[in-house]
Amino acid sequence: MVSRSERPPAAAGPSARRLTERAFRIRESGIIVVLVVFVAVTASVQPRFLNITNIQFILINTTVFALLALGETMVVISRNYDLSVGSVLGLSAYLSANLFGQHHGIPIAVVFLAGLGIGLACGLLNGIMVSAGQVPSLVVTLATLYIFRGVDILIVGGKEVVASSLPSAFLNIPKATVFGIPILAIAIAVVIGIGAYYLRSFRSGRELYAIGSNPDAARLAGIPVGRRVFVAFTVSGAIAGVAGVLWAAQYGTIDSTAGTGYELQVISAVVVGGVAIFGGSGSAVGAALGALLLNTISSALYVLGISPFWDQAIWGFLLLLAISVDRFIAVRLAVALRVRGGRHE
Amino acid sequence: MENGEQETGSGGLPGSGGLPGSGRDTGSGGLPGSGGLPGSGGLPGSGRDTGSAGLPGSGHETGSGGLPGSGHETGSGGAQSLPRDEGPMRSEGAMGSEGSKGPVLELRHAAKSFGAVQALLDGSIELRPGEVHALVGENGAGKSTLVKILAGVYLPDAGALLIDGQEVTLHGPAMAQAAGIAVIYQEPALFPDLTVAENMFIGRQPLRAGRRIDRRAMRAEAAAIFARLGVQLDPARIARGLSIADQQVVEIGKAISLEARVIVMDEPTAALSAAEVDRLFDVVRALSASGTAILFISHRLEEVFALCQWVTVMRDGKQVLTQRLDGLVAGDLVRAMVGRELAERPDEAHGTPGEPLLSVERLTREGVFTDISLTVRAGEIVALAGLVGSGRSEVARAIFGIDRYDAGSVAVCGHGLRRGSPTGAMAAGVGFVPEDRRQQGLVMDMSMQQNIALASLQRLQHGGLIRAAAERTLAKDWADRLKIKYGRLKGPVSMLSGGNQQKVVLAKWLGRRPAVLIVDEPTRGIDVATKAEVHHLLLQLARDGVGILMISSELPEVLRISDRILVMREGRLMAEFAHSGASEEEILSAATGQAPPTGSSGAIN
Repeated sequence: MVSRSERPPAAAGPSARRLTERAFRIRESGIIVVLVVFVAVTASVQPRFLNITNIQFILINTTVFALLALGETMVVISRNYDLSVGSVLGLSAYLSANLFGQHHGIPIAVVFLAGLGIGLACGLLNGIMVSAGQVPSLVVTLATLYIFRGVDILIVGGKEVVASSLPSAFLNIPKATVFGIPILAIAIAVVIGIGAYYLRSFRSGRELYAIGSNPDAARLAGIPVGRRVFVAFTVSGAIAGVAGVLWAAQYGTIDSTAGTGYELQVISAVVVGGVAIFGGSGSAVGAALGALLLNTISSALYVLGISPFWDQAIWGFLLLLAISVDRFIAVRLAVALRVRGGRHE
Repeated sequence: MENGEQETGSGGLPGSGGLPGSGRDTGSGGLPGSGGLPGSGGLPGSGRDTGSAGLPGSGHETGSGGLPGSGHETGSGGAQSLPRDEGPMRSEGAMGSEGSKGPVLELRHAAKSFGAVQALLDGSIELRPGEVHALVGENGAGKSTLVKILAGVYLPDAGALLIDGQEVTLHGPAMAQAAGIAVIYQEPALFPDLTVAENMFIGRQPLRAGRRIDRRAMRAEAAAIFARLGVQLDPARIARGLSIADQQVVEIGKAISLEARVIVMDEPTAALSAAEVDRLFDVVRALSASGTAILFISHRLEEVFALCQWVTVMRDGKQVLTQRLDGLVAGDLVRAMVGRELAERPDEAHGTPGEPLLSVERLTREGVFTDISLTVRAGEIVALAGLVGSGRSEVARAIFGIDRYDAGSVAVCGHGLRRGSPTGAMAAGVGFVPEDRRQQGLVMDMSMQQNIALASLQRLQHGGLIRAAAERTLAKDWADRLKIKYGRLKGPVSMLSGGNQQKVVLAKWLGRRPAVLIVDEPTRGIDVATKAEVHHLLLQLARDGVGILMISSELPEVLRISDRILVMREGRLMAEFAHSGASEEEILSAATGQAPPTGSSGAIN
């Protein structure tokens, strides 16, 4: 920052640099702008959109996605993908909620720990196959997406956990508010803040960025690539396990389809939130904002009485937009660099 | 103990003036000639000329360790013996522990081969604290292999690597780094998404309470290093978009933060502008003054003279000369780089060129090549010579339509080609044998038959289906004509040897009966016998009226089979030679931007 203006023009590429820096700043704040505009437009058409119940509804709906997005962010930043989060969530949701029926009076904390454990086990499996087995994560987690769901269906069969079998304290978790803000949303925001801080300020966190930014260089720099990626998958699994318990508390009724298709929604949220799909950049906060934006859009369309078809279409559109922005930056940069980095003196 | 002495010695650094020389002389023990070291500066021309003319086989200098070559030394006269004696003298100095200023790093007679290809036969180098040592040689002389051995990327098959006189084995780049060796590549591999400071300190970031990264300290440290190097670079900006020069500075900064004692720079200036080169030189001089040993590799000889105190010349995988640069001139180095036995002149007569087949007018791709105009006539082999990275392959790719170009035009047989359309180029009768046959020339998992047929599928199909019989006939026909040695036509092409693979690529294009054939490094990495066959084949094609544009880094090959030679340097055409009017030295001089060494051609031809 300080020395920028002093740099000799021959060695510097001021235009290219400003372009990148601006692009990255815009990328982070852009989501908030889109979010604000969207809320403003919707509220001007339908003021009901901004009533407290609806806002609470949006926040609560976002918590599960934002939490999943945190784990997914860690994985995507390292240039990997975790497609199994939806299935892990489903498995954990049923098995943990089912504990209430099997063991009367079981403490809620134990149920959360059980969900965490289930997710952790699933994440370990993914992590081992990706890092030790050297199998591309897309393939590994696509396989475990089906395997975990298959196990879920095998266990659940045609049964389901119904809300009446769950303690009301459990079902009330998403409903508790302080000053009108759901406590759960605050708690999740804190967790995401901690996750973002970890990724930003700890060596192992920064090394995930380095791995995603240039895997070969990471290896040459002596970063334990396998171990870092393994941990990222394990954490992502554990988070999905906890998210499963929250999902159960939120919906009350759990069958074998819980969380189906969430993986793609979560990856959408992460990418819309500014995490580069090929790793190396982005933040957990951005990913959470991405999740919030997508949920706000769903809610807005519902409030405005627009067909749910548009819901999916707009998600897709936003995804294309996010990737186009990435691509645009990359192409502009490549051209600027090629022309500038040429050998013509 | 030796170390201490050596350090003090190097403290005087500029001492290279004569002290270190003498120190080494003592080390050399009995070599009488060594006292005359400076003397060699006095008669640079004569002695060496005799050497290169009389002993084309090379290897004699290096051989000095006791190899057969040493016989030459005695034979070649007093003045001659001086530079050569460096070899033995140095290695003995280290062994005999007499050297007052021991090298921090020493590589002795390292060899490395990949399969049948001997990339390095005898690589030796000694680097001393506070000295900049140049390593020069033609493409393929083994420089890169030597660098990769120092970087810990390759483990040498033979020879020894000593650091501070202790023999070490580097298993991997991390060990090289730990041993204090840092390598700056031509295009560094940074983390584009991380900041400059993080790129320097990744995995070693300064920490504050709670093992959190202390960004401020990290940036301050980076800024301090940049200040020491006299460069202005913002440690807080991300690495994406940094110029190559700045990326190198980041790598150098990293090397400093690692307290590297040896910095190897592999053609760092190849992609830099003049101003950037000046800045890099300032950095290198600052490093050198602080006692770092530097190995500097460059094709630009004026840079070598501007920056370095010592030079090692490699040729054909061997160290052929190690000497102080004082008193040497560029011509001496060029002669040492080239000084091989000249390939015999082609016996096959060239036909007279016919109509222009390929006309390239003022082709430009921003930042890659500029204003390239050339014509290839029927029956003519035009060689595009130049150093690796001079833009030759990029021109070929643009002509064939793989890369787009920003200005200019390409026409085949008078018809303009659409830019960026390989299909259009193929339809117009152009064939392209790319540089990297495994990645770009062949589908390695497919059979030889399918690979040969690949460019002719249009002709082989009937109602949308490929006729297997026609495919086999075509493949068999060309395999026999090119004398490809194969097991089964349906065996995977990956099973063939490199030379036969290259023939398969050629067969693929010849099956289309092209009017113009572009071949990029047609004989790289293939054995001598097959190489001769490929040469014969290209000459035969030219006689049949095909226009051939050949890119080759092997000057003997260029001189042997081409009718005209175009030389590229830094993206521009620098010179054109008729087949009969060129010497290797002249071509190399044009390619490196040196004035041709005066009176040299006589000595070589």
